[in-house]
Amino acid sequence: MMTFTLWDILRNLLLAARWTVVLSLVSFIGGGLLGMALLYLRIGKARAGRMFVQGYVELFQGTPLLMQLFLAFFGLGLFGIDVPAWLAAGLALILWTAAFLVEIWRGCVESVARGQWEASASLGMGYVQQMRYVILPQAVRVAVPPTVGFSVQVVKGTALTSIIGFVELSKAGTVVTNATFEPFTVYGLVALIYFALCWPLSKSSQILERKLNVAHRNH
Amino acid sequence: MTYRFDYSWIAEYWPVILKGLVTTVELTLIGTLFGVALGIACAWTRSLGPRWLRPPVVAYVELIRNTPFLIQLFFIFFGLPSLGVQMTEFQAAVLAMVINLGAYSGEIIRAGIEATPRGQFEAGASLAMTRFETFRHVVLIPALQRIWPALSSQIVIVMLGSSVVSQIAAEDITFAANFIQSRTFRAFESYFLTTGLYLLLALALRQALRGVGNRLFPRRAAR
Repeated sequence: MMTFTLWDILRNLLLAARWTVVLSLVSFIGGGLLGMALLYLRIGKARAGRMFVQGYVELFQGTPLLMQLFLAFFGLGLFGIDVPAWLAAGLALILWTAAFLVEIWRGCVESVARGQWEASASLGMGYVQQMRYVILPQAVRVAVPPTVGFSVQVVKGTALTSIIGFVELSKAGTVVTNATFEPFTVYGLVALIYFALCWPLSKSSQILERKLNVAHRNH
Repeated sequence: MTYRFDYSWIAEYWPVILKGLVTTVELTLIGTLFGVALGIACAWTRSLGPRWLRPPVVAYVELIRNTPFLIQLFFIFFGLPSLGVQMTEFQAAVLAMVINLGAYSGEIIRAGIEATPRGQFEAGASLAMTRFETFRHVVLIPALQRIWPALSSQIVIVMLGSSVVSQIAAEDITFAANFIQSRTFRAFESYFLTTGLYLLLALALRQALRGVGNRLFPRRAAR
């Protein structure tokens, strides 16, 4: 039997953690873009668009991410294509991330005081100008801390993709455990690596909240 | 697309799904009860408790909130036995859920406690209540009332997150779905059906928590 040093274990986990980082970035950026498109519909004037986004959010926030991953994995297969795990994982995570970001951002846009809309309208601004020069600059300030905070959920969410066979940090943990029979050490290290990825994000979200809140308080 | 949905397996397999549903509900109930209790203990320690106890509680909360539930579950179920702690799949699942919800609800409840007006503490003291009595009778219930919507969402998130316990073979709804798809090869149908079940369960849980909230807090909180 082969013996594994702590360094062997850690090295393999760190190599796999790269894929956790890549998938997190793809999901967050993709989900952010989709979230912006949905936000446009959600706060727009068309009733059908608002209803659609509400239903979308209800669906993705009301079902487990794991089930969404399974459905993406087997659902794409129905079209007769051989679905690689990374595609199903990326697709499901982007859709899931967008559902949460659109709700966070909607709250931020709505937190801008009503008078700001009225004031900008009285200056003769159109909808696009109001958004561009008055509402969004204020909403973005409010939106930054919770958005950074949510990125932690995205990183943690990528752990579930190991279940449909995407090899990232969690999957590597299982594989290495099966080779070394040291679940305590391996999963302990996996947890620490996730912590090292997530904690700076959590902390900066808290710090940003404290900093940006100062400006937000007086309106 | 010429795929035809086939749900003929339901006749044979509905008891499996029902059993999974019962397990998920049990996990959620037990996990919520003990998880919120742990959360209250953490919140008390961090805002009013003895100073020496605060750093370990902060470490616990930060560690849990910054690692995936799946890994917490694996650590408890696969890792702890090497220290001599043996438990069943169900026990491990409940323990993981309690530890997870304890950390999240602790932070939420703490926010509620810290929003308590100073006058409430002083009023309690002026009635000759001890610090603990003041906490128990004066501070806690209005604090819970303040954060009840946030706590409810977190409980729903934990219920949905419990689908992961199928990975240590705890027999919840997701486990039933995996079982059925491995027998019938009707993967999409079985996951589609069980996803719908989760959605209904989430809606029902939200309603139930609103009902509990109305029961627990018939009066308005002091602001």
